[in-house]
Parts: sequence; structure tokens; C-alpha cells
Amino acid sequence: MTIDLKTVKHISKLSRISIDDNKAKKLSDDLNSIFKFIEKLEELDTEKIEPLASIAETNLKLRKDEIKSKNIREDILKNSPEDNKDFFVVPKVVE
Amino acid sequence: MSNIIDLKLFELVEKIKKKEISSTEVTKAFIDRSQKSKKLNSYITENFENALQKAKQFDEKPDFNKKLPGIPLAVKDLFCTKNIRTTAGSKILENFIPTYESTVTQNILNEGGIIIGKLNCDEFAMGSSNETSFFGNVQNPISENLVPGGSSGGSSSALAANLTPATIGTDTGGSIRQPASFTGTVGLKPTYGSCSRYGIVAFASSLDQAGPMTQNVKDCALMLEVISSYDNKDSTSVDFKRGQYLKDLNENIKGKKIGIPKQYRVDGMPKEIEELWKKGMKIIEDNGGEIIEINLPNTNYALPTYYIVAPAEASSNLARYDGVKYGFRSKGENLIDMYEKTRSEGFGDEVKRRIMIGTYVLSSGYYDAYYLKAQKVRRLIKNDFDEAYKKVDAILTPSTPSSAFKIGEKTNDPVSMYLNDIFTVPINLAGLPAISIPAGHDKSGYPLGLQVIGKAFDEQNILNIAYSIEKNINFKNNINDWWIN
Repeated sequence: MTIDLKTVKHISKLSRISIDDNKAKKLSDDLNSIFKFIEKLEELDTEKIEPLASIAETNLKLRKDEIKSKNIREDILKNSPEDNKDFFVVPKVVE
Repeated sequence: MSNIIDLKLFELVEKIKKKEISSTEVTKAFIDRSQKSKKLNSYITENFENALQKAKQFDEKPDFNKKLPGIPLAVKDLFCTKNIRTTAGSKILENFIPTYESTVTQNILNEGGIIIGKLNCDEFAMGSSNETSFFGNVQNPISENLVPGGSSGGSSSALAANLTPATIGTDTGGSIRQPASFTGTVGLKPTYGSCSRYGIVAFASSLDQAGPMTQNVKDCALMLEVISSYDNKDSTSVDFKRGQYLKDLNENIKGKKIGIPKQYRVDGMPKEIEELWKKGMKIIEDNGGEIIEINLPNTNYALPTYYIVAPAEASSNLARYDGVKYGFRSKGENLIDMYEKTRSEGFGDEVKRRIMIGTYVLSSGYYDAYYLKAQKVRRLIKNDFDEAYKKVDAILTPSTPSSAFKIGEKTNDPVSMYLNDIFTVPINLAGLPAISIPAGHDKSGYPLGLQVIGKAFDEQNILNIAYSIEKNINFKNNINDWWIN
């Protein structure tokens, strides 16, 4: 299969990454060469094979839901790109 | 006394414990050397003043029972360090100051280590040459304009150039072992679940592992002992009894069965690497080990599998960089526009490429054909190793299919760059431990490495085999300080 410009634009939308037309062409070439390489997997018959999601196939341990870090609001907010001492600020969402 | 910067990590520890040298002297020596070596671009963030203060505090109230008593260390900039900027080599985290410490760096601090800085790396650890870093290329101290490998390229460069006595990196598909191989140093990727992933900037969560990068196997055993721990903050951390890797290090490999996978003889592999591999086999036989040919039939499918699984996990992990709570933000007309511009300007080309591959293979209509298929092949690759380990105790391969290449040589062809990791990627997919040790040079004098792969949680065994090979090979790096005027 080939990844055309329309598909690149669609993936860029899903990825929330804006791509201009110049870059889209180069990206489509790159993705096509990578997918050509990936499609080698089609040679294998995996009909009866169980997928392996992670090597650590252990049961997750339960723990108490306790607050361990306190009074870190200021420190956390210091990293936010838009300065505000109480909230994270984003562009207006509701008209 | 020989130069402080030329001493091995374990020698520095001994001398500090015997009070022959102070932490301040050691810390100063590595900081001085680092300051003279800016041309290598190994560091992203320096923590020199703070480190000197910590060294002074250590000397005033020393605790010689620690494993790293007052030892200065620079670490890959993928580990969150409290109050020290952590960028992951990305513009999107250019000004990020963590409010918490990663478990692995906390373990280093708990054992008396002092962080002198954060080392350059490929952006979000995605790369094999350190050329995707927002903070620029890193020089390999072996020769000018040679890549140091990646993604832990700042780590391998700083280590080989003696800017730090040891360091740590992370390895998702070879990011510790390949740069170690390119710089004539030792790098170990532990078993998945051995070192906590808490506080490590995530790339592909089912593959990422932190591990030591050192100048020799003994230092590697010491560092592994420090950083490996069970941690309830990482749900995939495994609660097994960790070894006393340094104390139990020995070169006796008598009776060990070592597998040689025939599928690792790839087309176009330089003759020097084939010869190096044979040299490794001979050393094992000369020391009482047994060489056994093994079959890992799905080896050729490992890279295609990796380039589905890793980008898929990355696209999910990197969704958090949206310009809202931390990191870089670009102005947008509305919320969605702000997200799209932030991510477009904040990420570099390779990261965007991988996010888009990952998004695509997880998207509706393609999930089964790509992602699920890759997970099934991953099972086959793991089964190959399970089968092989019924016959052998460990596996010996080259670390990389070539020596270090020139900066810019492979940047335009992503697939040729990916092929660098052909010998290292299968090990991450199977979650196994593996160590790369320097074993020779190619005709240009660039280092080449051998990789010893172990059974899960059998780090002691591969350390011992590596120790035996190291003693017999007696590798010397040819570094002439070309970057110092």
C-alpha cells in the first residue's frame, strides 16, 4: 500500500501535528519507505499466535490510594507555559 | 598519583574510602575536564556549582559505607532530576524543571553519588546517532565529526572522553549498547523490570530500560548494583532478589554453553566484525566454555516489529505534550490550533515521523494489520529465545553491524539509520539483559563491540562472561584529546 498526501494529512490531524504541504510530500516519501520495510511481516503466518503486549506479564499489585506529595501546586504550576498561580490557562474553549 | 580523570570508577571509590583523595578533588577534576571539552557538546545542562557544594558537604561529613561515596556522575537527560532542568533532547521540554526525582537517579543519590550534569541524547531517545537532539550533534571523542551513537550519545561521548567516571543511559532498541560499541565503552541493558522506569521520560514503555554505561565490566557491575531496585512506583518493576553483582563478579566461565545465532551473519557485514566475533568465540573456548550454534529464525522480523511497536507506544506516550501544563507552547487561534502548532514546532522531524507512524498503525482499520500483527511476531521472537535458552546459558553476537559513521552520513535515509539496531532490537522485544563490551577496532581505528545476551534476570552471568572476554582482549581506546586546544 502507499501513503498518499491525503493520508499524511489525515494522520497529521489525528496526531495533532500541523504539517505544511512541502513537508507533507517528504513525509509521505519517508513513511512509504518505512512501511515498505515494515510490510515484511506479511510473510509470516501468525494466525494461531497470541499477541504479546508486554514482557512483564504479571498481575498488577494493588496499593492504598494515598496522597504522598503535598503542597506541590506552586512547583507544578511553575512549569506551565502561561503564567498563572492558580490554574492552567488555555485558549478560550467555550464561546 | 595518576591523573584523577584516568582512574576507573572502582578505583575512585577505593581511594575516597581510604581518604587518599576527597570528593571535592574528584568532582573538580571531572568538572575541569568537562569545561575544557565543550566542543564535544556532550552536556545539555551543567550542574557544576551545585555539585561542588554537594562534594564539599560530603567531605565535611563523609559516609564511606556508600557504594558511590561522593562520586560525581553526569547522566542522560532523559532522567527526571528534581530542580535540575530535564529536556529529553527536545525543544518541547526546553525549560522543564521536574518537581520529582527518577528512582534510578534517586538510587544514585542515596548511594552518595553527585549529579554534575545532564547529558545530550537523541530527542525523546529516538535515534541512533544523537543527530535528532534539539541541542545539536555530539562529537565522538574517537575522531572528529564521527557520531557517538545514540540515543545515549552524550553519555557515551562524555564517558569515553573521561568527563564522567561512569554514566547511565536508557535502551529501547539499542540506545545503550550501540553508543557504547561506537565509543569503545561498556553498556548494559538490564532485564525489563530490573531498573525502575519511574521518572524516565517515556518513549516505548514496554521496551524502555535504564542501564549503566562504564569504562569496564567491574564498574558496570557496581553501577548496576546501585541502580537496579524494585519500585512500587513502576507497575512493571519486578520484585526479584537482586544480586551482589560486583562481589560475585568472576571470570570463570568453565562449562558455560554460549550460543551463536547463525541469523546474525548479515549480508554486507564488514569482515572485521566477523573476525571479531570469531575472536570472541575462541576466547570462550580457550577459557573452558562451549560454543553451540543456535537458531533464532525470526531475527529478520525484529526490526519491522520494533518499528511498529515502538512508534505505537511513543505516539501514545507523547500525546501528553500538548503545551498546556508544562513545556513549550505556540500561539494558536483556538485550543486545537494551539495543540497542532505546539506539537509541530516543539517536536523535531524524527519524533514527528514516529508519532505519525504510531498513530497510523493504531488507527481504525489498520490496528489488526499492523499493531496486532507486530505483537504476534513479538511473541515469535521471544519464543525463539526461550527455545535457544533450553540449550545455552548465554548468546554471543556483534553489538552493531558496523563501526561509528560520520555525522550527516545517514540522516536522509531513516531506514538505513534503523538498520544500525539490527543486533540490539530483538533483545528489547524479548525483554532480556545484554551487555556490549569493546573488543577490537576496524581498519579506521574505530572501536567495535561484542554483545553478550543473557536469560531474563541473569545479569550476573553475562557480566561474568563479559569480564572474561575483557580480561583476554585487553582493549585500549585510542583517544588523543583532539577537541582540547
